[in-house]
Amino acid sequence: MKPAGGLRPRLVKRLLPSRRIRVAVRLIALLGAFAVAGIFLQATGRGAGAVYRAMWTGSFGSPYGQAQTILAAIPLIFTALAVAVAFRMLLWNIGAEGQFYIGAFGATAVAYSAPDWPRWLLLAAMVVGGLVGGALWGLIPGALRAFFGTNEIVPTLLLNYVAILLVDYMVNGPWTDPATLGFPLGKPFSESAILPLVGNTAIHSGIYLALAAALSVSMVLSRTAWGYKIKVIGSNARAASYAGFSIPRNMVAVMLLSGALAGLGGMVEVSGVVHKIQANISPGFGYTGIIVATLARFSPIYLVPMAVLFGALVVSGTELQTLGLPSDIVLMLQGVILFFALAGELFVNYRLVWRAGTVSDHPSTPAPVSNRAADLEQAG
Amino acid sequence: MSSELIITIFVAGIAAGTTLVFAAVGEIIAERSGVLNLGVEGMMLAGAVTGFLVNRQVRAPWLGVAAGISAGATLALLLAVLVVSFKANQVVTGLALVIFAIGMTGYLGESVVGVPPPVTFNRIALPGLSDIPVLGRIFFVQDALVYLSYVLVPATWWILFRTRTGLNLRSVGESPETADAAGLSVTGTRYAAVVIGGAFAGLAGAYLSLARAPSWVPNMTAGRGWIAIALVIFATWSPLRAALGGYLFGSVEALGFRLQTVGLEVSTFFIAMMPYLFTIVVLVLISRGSVQRRLAAPSALGNAYLREER
Repeated sequence: MKPAGGLRPRLVKRLLPSRRIRVAVRLIALLGAFAVAGIFLQATGRGAGAVYRAMWTGSFGSPYGQAQTILAAIPLIFTALAVAVAFRMLLWNIGAEGQFYIGAFGATAVAYSAPDWPRWLLLAAMVVGGLVGGALWGLIPGALRAFFGTNEIVPTLLLNYVAILLVDYMVNGPWTDPATLGFPLGKPFSESAILPLVGNTAIHSGIYLALAAALSVSMVLSRTAWGYKIKVIGSNARAASYAGFSIPRNMVAVMLLSGALAGLGGMVEVSGVVHKIQANISPGFGYTGIIVATLARFSPIYLVPMAVLFGALVVSGTELQTLGLPSDIVLMLQGVILFFALAGELFVNYRLVWRAGTVSDHPSTPAPVSNRAADLEQAG
Repeated sequence: MSSELIITIFVAGIAAGTTLVFAAVGEIIAERSGVLNLGVEGMMLAGAVTGFLVNRQVRAPWLGVAAGISAGATLALLLAVLVVSFKANQVVTGLALVIFAIGMTGYLGESVVGVPPPVTFNRIALPGLSDIPVLGRIFFVQDALVYLSYVLVPATWWILFRTRTGLNLRSVGESPETADAAGLSVTGTRYAAVVIGGAFAGLAGAYLSLARAPSWVPNMTAGRGWIAIALVIFATWSPLRAALGGYLFGSVEALGFRLQTVGLEVSTFFIAMMPYLFTIVVLVLISRGSVQRRLAAPSALGNAYLREER
């Protein structure tokens, strides 16, 4: 073998992914995304400075913005938990958006049918309505995957459109508020269907539900036999079935739980923030939840601060809208942050080594067999 | 239903299906090379808004189409950099691309929402062919882009299955290790396949905003990119079957709107759900007898290739 001249880059797998680089990648992703979007804003004739200033004021930079940030983080915690739970079994639930809508639908159905119940009872029933609605919507793709082997990615996504149309139908027909003269808004909830606020803040008590959900999911996944079971199924289905774990049954259970979590998010949103049902109750919480969960490496605990960060992004979009500035920039930013993070992941798991190239530069030692589960785990 | 009504449904079905056909054929090219491109929806949106904007500026729909194609290809290049060079997870990357594209196209198209385009593609009856009874009216009284699809679909099939280029591309999707050892460039092939696939998705989007529903509305693809991905599985990765499937799916979409005109009392919201539900049902039906389908899928689909890890 003769040197082919010059240095050539080679990727060498790290034995342990570098934690330091991972943190650095997240930070660079954030800064890089704002830089790229800033250049784009300038190039298309908008002042990046004005847009970013408005975004800061609308999120972390004012007491009002801070409260709004937390309010937006709450639904994101639920949708990101939904994604994280499903991913434990290597299922891609990209239908949290639809499950969120159907959860809101279920909670609303309860709120409208028993408006006079005492608050504690009605809220408890609405929680059940949200859980059941979301779970049913998650059950459909879960059962199709478990019993027919239909890959869940496309069905979970297409069901989002169906869910949104279903809510659209309800708010334009059976649930429409005659007082709004044809706007797609439902009738206002009764007093007892509304989640109380925390102290004298603008934040509703759904935040306790969100944090409790994150803690319980974390406990279930890392401390119970079932949590271990689904992890085994996710990383090695064959080993799991030899161990006697029922894959279809657990798949259905995981998607029920995943959908229920997103559905609870929908309940909390209509009961805590909107106080009625309406079209467009979610500015894409289900999709942003995927980004949140991915960047948090599907950890139910880490996704909480990540949800706060992305909650700030979401509400800064609302601020831009009220100022007549382009709010779509917020979605672009979310995409670009993820692009950078995904690209950076390579350097978390591999070292770049510059060596003199050879004509036939193949490793002679057998490399470890690439494991699909491990590959997917690196996705975050 | 009268035969007249059935013909109108199919005429509209071809038009509605052509978007899906372009997108699905592009996806087949990418997937045959081993890359699962879940960003189709985003590439279609980019094609739709760019095509619309350029046509508005220069009043030349073909230039709009060319711009739409380049927009789709550009986004696909971004996807290729991430999944081929940076070995990023293909599912998350595709989703990130869709989210990014929804934002970007919403931003770019803000000023032209609901503005009618200056020129669009009109239907042309092909002399001779359009006189064929029934079929002539369905297939040969369409716009120029539909005729383009009649050429591109068989051409893609020919290239994929009857030329060395196609064989190379498929071998990269089946067994990148072997292809690499045989001296093919896995990276180069995948870049090319993904970018050409993205160009098709851009064309699908431009078809939507310049011919099918000449306008720009945010998110106007409404999930058609995802339906196209399902269509690829339905078509077992063959462009010819993708065309048939595309027209079938398109006819389902067209059927819904016709049902209303004949006075059926169904809410528009439920009719709008039909294509999504139909797609899910079809996916379930085809996954039942899925042995052949699993064999038809490119073996290396969704996996990054690292020479160091073979």
